[in-house]
Amino acid sequence: MASELKVPTMAEFFASGTVPEVLFWVGCAGSFDDRAKKITKAFVKILNKANVSFAVLGTEESCTGDPAKRAGNEFLFQMQAVTNIEVLNAYEIKKIVTACPHCFNTIKNEYPGLGGNYEVVHHTQFLKQLLTEGRISMEGGAFKGKRITFHDPCYLGRANGVYEAPRDLIRKLDAELVEMKNCKQKGLCCGAGGAQMFKEPEKGDKDVNIERTEQALETKPDIIAAGCPFCNTMMTDGVKNKEKEDAVEVMDIAEMIATAEDL
Amino acid sequence: MQYLPNIIFIILLVVGVGFFVKNISKLRRNIFLGKEASLTDNKPQRWKNMAKIALGQSKMVVRPIAGALHIIVYIGFVIINIEVLEIILDGIFGTHRLFAVLGPVYDFLIGSFEILAFLVIVAVVIFWIRRNVIKLKRFFKPEMEGWPKNDGNLILYIELVLMTLFLTMNAADYQLQQMGADHYVAAGSFPISSLIAPLFENISVSTLMVIERTAWWAHIAGILFFLNYLYYSKHLHILLAFPNTYYGKLTPKGQFRNLQSVTDEVRMMMDPDADPYAEPAEDAVVPDKFGASDVQDLSWVQLMNAYTCTECGRCTSECPANQTGKKLSPRKIMMDTRDRLEEVGKIIEENNGEFKDDGKQLLNDYISPEELWACTSCNACVEACPISIDPLSIIMDMRQYLVMEQSAAPTDLNNMMGNIENNGAPWPFNQMDRLNWSKES
Repeated sequence: MASELKVPTMAEFFASGTVPEVLFWVGCAGSFDDRAKKITKAFVKILNKANVSFAVLGTEESCTGDPAKRAGNEFLFQMQAVTNIEVLNAYEIKKIVTACPHCFNTIKNEYPGLGGNYEVVHHTQFLKQLLTEGRISMEGGAFKGKRITFHDPCYLGRANGVYEAPRDLIRKLDAELVEMKNCKQKGLCCGAGGAQMFKEPEKGDKDVNIERTEQALETKPDIIAAGCPFCNTMMTDGVKNKEKEDAVEVMDIAEMIATAEDL
Repeated sequence: MQYLPNIIFIILLVVGVGFFVKNISKLRRNIFLGKEASLTDNKPQRWKNMAKIALGQSKMVVRPIAGALHIIVYIGFVIINIEVLEIILDGIFGTHRLFAVLGPVYDFLIGSFEILAFLVIVAVVIFWIRRNVIKLKRFFKPEMEGWPKNDGNLILYIELVLMTLFLTMNAADYQLQQMGADHYVAAGSFPISSLIAPLFENISVSTLMVIERTAWWAHIAGILFFLNYLYYSKHLHILLAFPNTYYGKLTPKGQFRNLQSVTDEVRMMMDPDADPYAEPAEDAVVPDKFGASDVQDLSWVQLMNAYTCTECGRCTSECPANQTGKKLSPRKIMMDTRDRLEEVGKIIEENNGEFKDDGKQLLNDYISPEELWACTSCNACVEACPISIDPLSIIMDMRQYLVMEQSAAPTDLNNMMGNIENNGAPWPFNQMDRLNWSKES
């Protein structure tokens, strides 16, 4: 089915002298992580269906530098940032959409100070906008009446105040949105942020993702919805740890929409 | 000797206020040991934040019980201070109830002070029960042992005593007014203390006067003591919450500061015209060290944050690392910063205004790398703080020192950073393979 995906690159647009409506920043997880690649593809399917003119940087994309900065390596972060900004500015990019809240936060908030000024949106915001503009339609289908709880990614929610776009999309799927004990401003981290994804946790009583998964399972969900590839991994691991993988699925909102639309 | 009480009062007042002013100047000196941070932008928003968060207590009520009780004590203390003004003027001029000329307004004021004083006592008792009987978990973390625990209780005792003295003073006064005692003009309304007054019914005028005067003197002396207790206590928040919310972060919580010194360096590296072999200019300053290993490396706002912290522990109770048993506690980060800052301040005093290296620093001697590496940078602590303290910024600055000055990152993170450097991703995948997903099924 993959052959059906239309994934034009910025280089191709540039060669033909045209500009896309939006740049899809795929991110490292979305490019390389097997689970996250499914999210990337689902999002592209929706973009293709809606005939959105978009492009990716492909091999010209590089890590935003977020994990380096959060780990304390400001130098490496700025090297990455400045290099990426040179590429983005060379292509005269105006608008960027990404399915990764970490890329979203970094490009939106930390690139402007280094010369990179773009309108940056999270894919849930972008999808919400497509829906409002009537460019995609959504019917619950497979998700009608399902209990779905949404795990707020820290870098989307608290860090940038985006709480409603993902929730609006879930409601549009005719699903029953149930909230966890800690949600929105008080949402509990999945345990991956601040470069924790790439290291073993410090000694403690339990892992953060287990604590968060327990909160999610308390809502008796059919699906745990996520909006971040790292949260997705952490929650998937948590559900496996609780041996609930047959009953509860962890899905990105883009995947849910693509599934509902049978893409 | 007619003016002896006035003179004693004025001396008490001058000493009390003078000592307080001295402590405040110490406080200022310590805070400004921090690095400059230019926060003069967007003044309207800053005033609005201060009005909403500090004056309006908007973030306190996120936890409704503690929030409601806190608002009672807060309003009580602010409003009852109008009465303190009268007490001070009475003390200086040897008058009694100087504001009584206000007539019905005075009755209303005194009446509302009394009701507030009573409510404060109720709130303080409930606070005490939460700390000592119910033993709320957030008050019993390791960093709360010893002085912090005693400090918390001591504040409650002082408030209880002050309010009790205030009501006793009024009760005795009311009783004296009823008895038509000289000097005690009928003024004020006493909805609470009139209920205590019957206890004084069979006491002589002279004894009652002793009770009234004792309560009056003890009350004002207590207030002056409390004023001076602030500097040594977590209770400083009653003053610092205001500037702290004013200087709070206005940018999105996820936006971390870009280091200008690094930007300059990176720009030079990227500049094709830069001469890589150029000697540094004669007058070139030694570059700042990266990140923070001691309090002087932090900004003055971060240091003010530390003095502002009232150790309520909302940050720590929301911290995912702390909730899952890791050593990290954002409250401890703030308490450690203040303790170290106090230590540095003392060294400066002992050495005639100059800091001498004492072989200690904030890193390792107070805050361990294990705590710093447990942080997920999720901003839960920042969100939870009712007065805009940012423990995360200190954690990040200290990580920066560990990595950029000491190359002391955990091995896994070094691998991750090596991957980013070599192939532009935190994992060892080739950048040329970044688009492979589009061709995979």
